[in-house]
Amino acid sequence: MRVVLREVGQSLRRNASMVISVILVTFISLTFVGAAALLQLQIGQMKTYWYDRAQVAVYLCTDVSPETVCPQGEVSADEKAAVEAKLNSAVLAPYIEKFYFENHDQAYAKFQEQFKGNAVAKYVKPGQLNETFWVNLKDPNQSQIISESLSGVAGVEEVRDQRSYLDQIFGILNVASIAAISVAGLMLVSAALLISTTIRLSAFSRRRELGIMRLVGASNFYIQLPFILEGVVAATLGALLAGGAVVGIVQFFVQGYLAQRMPFTNLVSLGDGLLIVPLLVGAGILLAAAASGLAIRRYLRI
Amino acid sequence: MISVTNVTKQYKGSARPALNNVSLEIEKGDFVFLVGESGSGKSSLMRLMLREDVASSGNVFVLGENLNAISSRRIPHFRRKLGVVFQDFRLLPNKTVAQNVAFSLEVIGKSQGFIQEAVADVLRLVGLDEKADRLPSQLSGGEQQRVALARAIVNKPAILLADEPTGNLDPATSEGIMALIERINLAGTTVVMATHDRGIVDRLQKRVVELRNGEIIRDQTSAGYQKNPTGKISTNFEGITPASTSESTPSFLAGEN
Repeated sequence: MRVVLREVGQSLRRNASMVISVILVTFISLTFVGAAALLQLQIGQMKTYWYDRAQVAVYLCTDVSPETVCPQGEVSADEKAAVEAKLNSAVLAPYIEKFYFENHDQAYAKFQEQFKGNAVAKYVKPGQLNETFWVNLKDPNQSQIISESLSGVAGVEEVRDQRSYLDQIFGILNVASIAAISVAGLMLVSAALLISTTIRLSAFSRRRELGIMRLVGASNFYIQLPFILEGVVAATLGALLAGGAVVGIVQFFVQGYLAQRMPFTNLVSLGDGLLIVPLLVGAGILLAAAASGLAIRRYLRI
Repeated sequence: MISVTNVTKQYKGSARPALNNVSLEIEKGDFVFLVGESGSGKSSLMRLMLREDVASSGNVFVLGENLNAISSRRIPHFRRKLGVVFQDFRLLPNKTVAQNVAFSLEVIGKSQGFIQEAVADVLRLVGLDEKADRLPSQLSGGEQQRVALARAIVNKPAILLADEPTGNLDPATSEGIMALIERINLAGTTVVMATHDRGIVDRLQKRVVELRNGEIIRDQTSAGYQKNPTGKISTNFEGITPASTSESTPSFLAGEN
């Protein structure tokens, strides 16, 4: 074993520039893998967080609502009562956990808070904002029932499941993570090829030793081990760097930068980042062992 | 010990087989010269015995192993029982004499204690114990071949395969190497040696197997080195005088290039 380690050390030093390129390529490709994994974790967390809180909004007509849906303009007290009665009826009540009414002034206060500092906050008047029944469903997947029974009812402008907004955001995040994974896949292929080239180069530079080892009857495992270890050491260094990068992204970008700007969003934590590191190292080791093992086996066919 | 039966070796892309229906028996403790000009099949035969190659047809048994059927896992263990030396020594230039010999034991997993003892012993046997810490580049050709021999026999192989071990050496140095190989043989190791050097073959009076065009044309256990009585050699070979039969050409100049 001592001899094997000595060989690995010598070989790593001799092929320093190739080894560094293997480290860098695995570093970058696994960082992409890690970023994609983080993104997926983020999507998952946001989904569970927001889907639970997503409400169905029953927007009532205002003076400025389009005529096609609200011919009478502002909703009347009778119509409001009718909608509320429907929500309380035996048909809908079993699906509803709770609902509450938001009048013009409450909507205005919420709007002012949400758009603080934005120019639009100055121009909006309370009357332009919809009065709304906010409905929390027992099962958020059943928003269909509310919208079917309340759409088109007099005085109702629109029934909107908030999840439809979320789905758009998640769709965009999903595409981003798929893009990251595709880039990572390409990079991993090039990393594998680079590793096998490096190993072949290393085998070529040690062909005398290899010839003698085969001649005196060193076992195949013994001959191949230093090369596989060489690839694995280089890839592990790259994977550790990638793990460091992922933790750094979580620590400084997500928790440091994003968390300040998105205070009400549940962002991935450092613990999640640390969870990804062993996965990256494992992937790096597997990749390197497979690539260098194949390369050396083909080079040393008996 | 070594049993070759009806062996033919056909390399891809060559019309004529390198070995054609060759049969050969070598007993334990034998000393056998393989002679014949370049391309006669000596090296092919040795490669088969080392299991560097597999016969196209026929059987090769060495040390009880059927080399046609041996699994690739067993090949390394088989080779540990063989020692090999070559014309070009094949020493590692960046290792000292002792390290070169030790390397062959390290890579088969021998303990450090065993290695130290065995290396010192074998270097004393080949007369290089004083130069254990030299690099191969600081040694003469004869000394380098002694190191190669030391490496080949340090693990006490049953068979020593020597492929023109004196091919790069001058006659006086060759004699020293041959004396060493004879001593190894006397200690019980079977020796198979391919050579061009007719002087050596004549002097040692050992069994001679002559190959030509991949066929054994002579297998002579008695002393002496004569032309084939049938005269087949000269008729088969148009105008080319094999180095091994030419008295005037020093054999080491006619080595395989």
